[in-house]
Amino acid sequence: MSEPDITVAIEGLRKRFDAPDGKPFDAIDDISLTVRAGELTAFVGPDGAGKTTLLRMMAGLLRPDEGSLHVLGIDVRADPQSVQNRISYMPQRFGLYEDLSVQENLDLYADLHGVPQEVRRERFGRMLEMTDMARFTDRPAGKLSGGMKQKLGLACTLVRSPDLLLLDEPSVGVDPLSRRDLWKIIDQLIADEQLSVIVSTAYMDEAERCAQIFVFHHGKILADGPPDALRKRAESLGYVADALPDRPARVLQARLIDAPDRIIDAVPKGGDVHFIRRPECDEAALADLLSDTRVQPRDAELEDAFMLLLREHENEPAQAADDANTNKEDGDRYGTAETASPSAGERDGPVIVVRDLVRKFGDFIAVASTSFDVQRGEIFGLLGPNGAGKTTTFRMLCGLLPATSGHLEVAGVDLRTARAKARARIGYVSQKFALYGNLSVRENLEFFAGAYGLRGERKRERVKAVIAQFDLDASAQSGILPVGYKQRLAMAAGLLHEPDILFLDEPTSGIDPLARRAFWRTITSLAQGGVTIIITTHFMEEAEYCDRIAIQDAGELLALGTPAEVREQAGDDASDMNEAFIAIVEQNRARQTREKAAA
Amino acid sequence: MSSASGFHRRLLALTRKEVRQLLRDKSNLFVGLLLPLALILLFGYGLSFDVKDAPVAIVLEDRSPAAQEAVAGIGGSPYLVPVAAANMDEAVRLIRAHKVEAIVRVPVDFSQRRAAGDARIQLIVNGADSTTASAIEGYVNGGIQTASRHIMDRSGSGSGGGITLVQRTWFNEAGVSTWYLVPGLLVLVMTLIGAFLTSLLIAREWERGTLESLFVTPVRPLELVLSKLAPYVVIGAIDMVMCLLAARFLFEVPIRGSLIVIIFASLLYLIVALLLGLFISGTTRNQFAASQMALLASFMPAMMLSGFVFDLRNVPLVIQIVSQLLPATHFMELVKSLFLAGTIWPMVLKNCAILAAYGVLLAFVTGRTLRKRLD
Repeated sequence: MSEPDITVAIEGLRKRFDAPDGKPFDAIDDISLTVRAGELTAFVGPDGAGKTTLLRMMAGLLRPDEGSLHVLGIDVRADPQSVQNRISYMPQRFGLYEDLSVQENLDLYADLHGVPQEVRRERFGRMLEMTDMARFTDRPAGKLSGGMKQKLGLACTLVRSPDLLLLDEPSVGVDPLSRRDLWKIIDQLIADEQLSVIVSTAYMDEAERCAQIFVFHHGKILADGPPDALRKRAESLGYVADALPDRPARVLQARLIDAPDRIIDAVPKGGDVHFIRRPECDEAALADLLSDTRVQPRDAELEDAFMLLLREHENEPAQAADDANTNKEDGDRYGTAETASPSAGERDGPVIVVRDLVRKFGDFIAVASTSFDVQRGEIFGLLGPNGAGKTTTFRMLCGLLPATSGHLEVAGVDLRTARAKARARIGYVSQKFALYGNLSVRENLEFFAGAYGLRGERKRERVKAVIAQFDLDASAQSGILPVGYKQRLAMAAGLLHEPDILFLDEPTSGIDPLARRAFWRTITSLAQGGVTIIITTHFMEEAEYCDRIAIQDAGELLALGTPAEVREQAGDDASDMNEAFIAIVEQNRARQTREKAAA
Repeated sequence: MSSASGFHRRLLALTRKEVRQLLRDKSNLFVGLLLPLALILLFGYGLSFDVKDAPVAIVLEDRSPAAQEAVAGIGGSPYLVPVAAANMDEAVRLIRAHKVEAIVRVPVDFSQRRAAGDARIQLIVNGADSTTASAIEGYVNGGIQTASRHIMDRSGSGSGGGITLVQRTWFNEAGVSTWYLVPGLLVLVMTLIGAFLTSLLIAREWERGTLESLFVTPVRPLELVLSKLAPYVVIGAIDMVMCLLAARFLFEVPIRGSLIVIIFASLLYLIVALLLGLFISGTTRNQFAASQMALLASFMPAMMLSGFVFDLRNVPLVIQIVSQLLPATHFMELVKSLFLAGTIWPMVLKNCAILAAYGVLLAFVTGRTLRKRLD
């Protein structure tokens, strides 16, 4: 502890919680680690891995049950206040006072930390400039968009230069542009002040920036080391395969992910399919999976190593309930992906028609003159920064919000005249799964079946069918299911009445990568079965699963087309969807600024 | 920077924050200032145990002048309105239909029995509302007594027979229930402001996640408690002045005790009530649960069990014990005697000491709920 270059020293740490079902479990299970000073350190791991618990213990907010925990050489258990005086901590949901203005929030934290006025002026100026919020200092924090709130939260955390900065998933639910800004601030401070930072994250590109990475799973550390060392674990396991001719990349991706005995992971990317094989399974064994396509080896990425670690751990016998989300039987459950795939020519006209759709709230234009079609069986992605008008568009399509003007047709029904009729044809899975926690899975499904107007034999049949389709435990209590299962239950409820169109509002935010793979496998097979999918997401790489995507910003439709077409529109620099997205939104904002200047 | 100046700086920053939040949240101001006004008017004017113009059915089965004279006093009472009923059946119908509150029946043999010195008049009162019933009973009794005294005086049937019951009520000579209720209103309003408003404060910060961010700063639990107390003491003081002004000028309740003592005791109780609300808030960590708890644990008992309406000497022992545990009971006793009886020092000191003890205890346990820990 005396070594000056160690900021956090942990030895045999344990923290026990009661699970929702009443059984105690170890959220932190005998962890030992040291974090070096002046470095950026990442905690990565799926949901429930114990990252937040560990950060809270470091901040003195939770008391360890066993082991020792020293932060900045101070025993946190004995003297949490001394630690709290010297560190800064940004929780996952930073608690801004929504009725206080941006400036008042900053002032409050500066006062609490005792930042002198002359230091304050300089630091606030820099913070506001970096977060691009100098114009909004008088605005109440509650009126900021999600990304702006997060940036303000970071600014409040950094009103003074701490000896250690703890960031708990700072970029969760934040769009790519705001995410980039957040990192700009963090990078700047590390460069200027040799800040020690510990950040927990679900994004591999964020972990890649760090000097040291710890991979957590179920309260244990699976692996640690610099990004390069971790990446080596997946070396020579990664490949890129061409998509099947005239088929979306997700068709081949589904085939690969349905072979978990040989394939660790597969994702559609840039029109191709990126996958990694199991180490014990040589290239020859993959031949029958890839007979009709061209395969090339590729460099290992951090995400590959992460997926490898998670899958390896998952196969251990002591498997927790969370992990039941694997898709071992998905192949049988959903049928093979490649049968009965309707090609573009066979589709029988658009199932959603949007023409000049406008929605105003008072003077504010939330959605400006937007037009697009969605074909039957298509997966259509709606992307945009926070506050871009995605949710408003979405609600209008679902008939939850009337349009101010324009034409809106869903499943052949004009939404302006026959909303109820259209609603019977659509299923809706909201961001926060609206399920009754104290009812069983079966009771929930029976309730929703009733709400959709299913009766008698058909109701029994459909409930039975979706329970089988999503591999649910009918008698389990809904409230204590793992997140992945809850989401499957929500999907099952949305599909009870066999809708033609399924609306999914950010279904994958807050879900770990394994559950996300399983989720997308379900989506692709539904689309295969002819269900049209409309989905919003913050994960840009998920756009690769979509047939077509639309990018919105400030209510305007900026791009519309297949992922390849959108990448093309973004220009040469955009190697992946994340960059393409940023490029398109920025091009548009620059154009608007020019127009404003000209006028 | 020394720790003392840190304390003041942080307390000031937090208090400024609380004041801004209070002023910007219109619903809180509404509950804090308009609701007490509504309560004062509602309880002051609406809740009254006085009977006025109560209709009473008169059944004269004996229509002799003597019988008529016997009930004439009822018509003379400002509280009663006689309603003539032809017979008992009609009178019963009237009382069932709530057209009258009572029946006065002069039986057929009234004159005969009076001659024998054994006259009887039947009084039937609708006992559904016992308070009103006993009031009417008293008024009717009074009316008839007056009449019989007249009769006796005139007939000159000896002074020995003219035993009259003279009723007298102390402290509330006028027998006006607002005198009794309005001082208690001060207790109710202080309780409402205290417990109900502050019960939301800490719970809201738990729900919005603001405490987690606040905890990892040099802030101390005591600073959080004090900063939340400060703005609501001001709101409570405004309400107290409103109550006192209403009591004195609107309802014309006498204030016989020392005004300074009343104000001091009220502020003391206000702080106890505010701390109780904060304690509930910090324990439940949930705004809905906290507001329900505050209502159940402070406002309802203050209304039912503190002696606001019901005399505590007449309730079962268990209830008496419970009521003695309530800070509101001690303040109620204090405030009623300060208003109507005057400053009785031993009582003032005893009750103020009890309230102060509650304040210290609650400040301590509320600080514990803000121990800067999430588990």
